[in-house]
Amino acid sequence: MRKLIAIVVVALAVASPALAEESIRVFDAWARATILASRPGAAYLTIESAAEDRLLGVTMPVAGQVMIHAVEKDGDISRMKHIETLELPAGERVTLAPGGMHLMLMGLQDKLSEGTTFPMTLSFENAGEITVEVSVLGIAAEGPREAAE
Amino acid sequence: MISTKTTQLRRIRFSLWILVAAAVLALGGAYFVRTIGVREPPSVTVGEAAIRSEFSLIDHNGNRVTEADFLGRWQLVFFGFTHCPDVCPTTLAYMANVLDRFGGEVERVAPIFITVDPSRDTPEVMAEYVQAFHPKLVGLTGSEAEVAAAAQSFRVYYEKMEEETAPDGYLMAHSGHIYLMTPEGRFEDVFREGEQSAEEMAADVLARMNGKQ
Repeated sequence: MRKLIAIVVVALAVASPALAEESIRVFDAWARATILASRPGAAYLTIESAAEDRLLGVTMPVAGQVMIHAVEKDGDISRMKHIETLELPAGERVTLAPGGMHLMLMGLQDKLSEGTTFPMTLSFENAGEITVEVSVLGIAAEGPREAAE
Repeated sequence: MISTKTTQLRRIRFSLWILVAAAVLALGGAYFVRTIGVREPPSVTVGEAAIRSEFSLIDHNGNRVTEADFLGRWQLVFFGFTHCPDVCPTTLAYMANVLDRFGGEVERVAPIFITVDPSRDTPEVMAEYVQAFHPKLVGLTGSEAEVAAAAQSFRVYYEKMEEETAPDGYLMAHSGHIYLMTPEGRFEDVFREGEQSAEEMAADVLARMNGKQ
């Protein structure tokens, strides 16, 4: 039974998209379509690192600058907080999702159009650089899983 | 023998006193925490009298409007800004989703998006922005003073935060609530995206609309 579970785990790991680096999995990378190119966009993803690591920065050809933002809730006020690096505890999934942590995409070359994709490169302290494709979903999207359902 | 017993009794008495002291400390501590230490978060529903729909602003077609233009319809009001990458589009998309669930009743609702960043959110920007979310959505902007007055009447808090790396060097912080106002412009309730599904919010609002006919 244990062997079977191990096989299933390995199979899942192999089958998972964006397996660019053995120790780090990046999945469900998506961005919300933007209305105006002059306004920042937002991208979301889930990262799981087998070993402790740290996300140092994100770049993409479609944006001039990418910032990691956390949202701090102070009573009913939301403040976005720029965080320099994102800690990735070993074996834990870190999810960036609407209403919470997100990547703020600034200096967009053009507005992000639904149905398109663009590459995004994540730089990790230990794992190095990983490039994944980001899907642009509709303005009302809440995530790729919801869209698939 | 006697002395040992006395010592034992003393020990028991001592232990009992420690228990009493611990109990007193625990109770006192709990009382202290409840009364002073932990303050309840400020209540969202401040009361009907405090929150009013009162404003004079410019809509996304460039026309001056006041609360009087929306009376007779239930108003869903959200304050945000177009440079907001996450909470605002998420909330406006949610509002659009709620509106789509009203069916024909949507005619009795006025969804309003008021910017807290009027220097960058001109009527032209607002027009392009709101139309992307829902054809019924009305975008309102104005002078800094007019927007501040509108936010004040809704008891909405917002602030400009200096942030070197952000576009134009600042971000806005704001409360993410959707206000439901009655056709008379009185406060009914607040909703927040993520706290209930669009179906649930639509059903809740419709029930109030129909209950108050």
